[in-house]
Amino acid sequence: MSCWQTIQDYALRSIGLGERLLPREDFTLCQQVTLIGSGMIWNIYFGVLAIILGFGLATVVAVGKASPNRLLQKPSAWFIYIFRGSPLFIQFFFAYAAFLNLKSVYPVFDAFTAAWLGALIVLFLNTAAYSGEIFYGALRSIPKGEVEAADAYGFSGFTRFRRIIWPTMLRLAWPAYTNEAIFLFHATTLVFFSAFPAWQQRGDALYYANYFADKTFNPFVPYPILAGYFILLTLVVISIFGLANRRLNRHLPRERRARIRFRPNIIR
Amino acid sequence: MFEFCADPSALGDVQWLACYLTTAKHANLYFAVGLVLVLLAITAPTALAFGFGAATAARSKFPPLAWLAHGYINLVRGVPDTAFFLFFIIALDQGVEWVRHKVKCPDWSEPIRQGNDFIVCQAAKMPLGEADQWVHEIYGFFLAVLTFALVFGAFAGNVIYGAMRTVPRGQIETAEAYGMTPRQSFWRILVPQMWVYALPGLSNVWMVLTKATPLLFLLGVEDIVYWARELAGTALPKFTDYPHGDWRMWYFLALLVFYLGLTRVSEIVLDRLMIKLSHGQATTGGEALRKAAA
Repeated sequence: MSCWQTIQDYALRSIGLGERLLPREDFTLCQQVTLIGSGMIWNIYFGVLAIILGFGLATVVAVGKASPNRLLQKPSAWFIYIFRGSPLFIQFFFAYAAFLNLKSVYPVFDAFTAAWLGALIVLFLNTAAYSGEIFYGALRSIPKGEVEAADAYGFSGFTRFRRIIWPTMLRLAWPAYTNEAIFLFHATTLVFFSAFPAWQQRGDALYYANYFADKTFNPFVPYPILAGYFILLTLVVISIFGLANRRLNRHLPRERRARIRFRPNIIR
Repeated sequence: MFEFCADPSALGDVQWLACYLTTAKHANLYFAVGLVLVLLAITAPTALAFGFGAATAARSKFPPLAWLAHGYINLVRGVPDTAFFLFFIIALDQGVEWVRHKVKCPDWSEPIRQGNDFIVCQAAKMPLGEADQWVHEIYGFFLAVLTFALVFGAFAGNVIYGAMRTVPRGQIETAEAYGMTPRQSFWRILVPQMWVYALPGLSNVWMVLTKATPLLFLLGVEDIVYWARELAGTALPKFTDYPHGDWRMWYFLALLVFYLGLTRVSEIVLDRLMIKLSHGQATTGGEALRKAAA
């Protein structure tokens, strides 16, 4: 079987298109590269959606935690503490069991026990908590001169937040937020290793890498392929966030713009 | 455990729960909690040692050594840690057996990798085929500790490398002016001062390490996740004195609370440690302590 044929069969296998049976013997390098790459579709799906949705909630939670109103401050702080203080792995297990229980009472929750929705919700809440903490830190380090200047110009309430505080918050938080995004993509590999089942063997990249490592008993081929894909993904994330960073800091002289450096020290 | 537990079906709710939570099977779960703490206690210093080694090597004047250390630090951090856990656990196992095979059976002619099999001679099996079950479990746990140390050593290495570069240049220059050799200024000036800069990053690594412990489950160790799943599944009256439905949600809730508690305790201890380390340091933290005392 030629490599082109393999790509046609397996490139979209992780979303259920193409050949149904996974290869069982005589594993070729082409098969491993194609299937693991096919699994990356799920990693990208989870990562992109969780980041986009989580961004909104993170802003809300950060503002809530920084608010002087205790009714807003306490729930936001607890939300952040619970999701940052416990392992994502256990959160997946707990959410899956909780959705199973809910499903037995209300059939509406049927979709929630599938990875595409259930795991997405957990990842969304988790990244919202981590980014919320980053944004909260940024909110607290906004130069007070900027806020005073906004007051002097007659900005107040939501306009002041949207035009002055929020952009500065993003500017300060952006390098740390980039790392959070990278680690969110790394965390998506946990989905099919926690409770969520890979229906009809439609799994993510690590699921297929583990499949090959189990079958061939040789970890030295599939895992480096996976690592290659993830390093590529990391580079793409860094460049996209770098573009956003350039836009956020476009008013600054060139040498003062903060460079995004790959400094990951926050993972779950 | 309690005397009134002789006939569980006749008990009230509270007593039933007390009996249920003290069955022999639950002892396994409590033992697994201890196992997690033991893993943390062994892994943290080992990872710190790996990290220190990697950071020192990364500063080396001998380029290949520095490249190797930088490669180790960056590669491990750039790839999902779950993938590394799954990779190292097999790779280490096969590596050990391969080395033992080369040493113990030098005249073995067949290739080790035959298609999908990894075949070494009987004497090179690790642990040996006839070894007891507990030897296998200890060996598995040992491999897991080594895997954790390798992954988190890279994270710690990154933090320590950064901290070593943050120590003010003037301190080293002063040491040189006093005639210290590079080795002396490294051990007497750089290393003692580095910790206060490294601690925030290392606390972060510690938090991540505690939260990575449930991944032991992926490495095939019978840890808390394993026992929680085992105990929480539906128990029929046929097989047990304590029948119950699917309680997985509650067991995992308990695990969540356990980890939240662990996080809280770590936060308190690390804050204290930071205050202790800041004493007499040329940082804002140290300065604040000095002013408070004066």
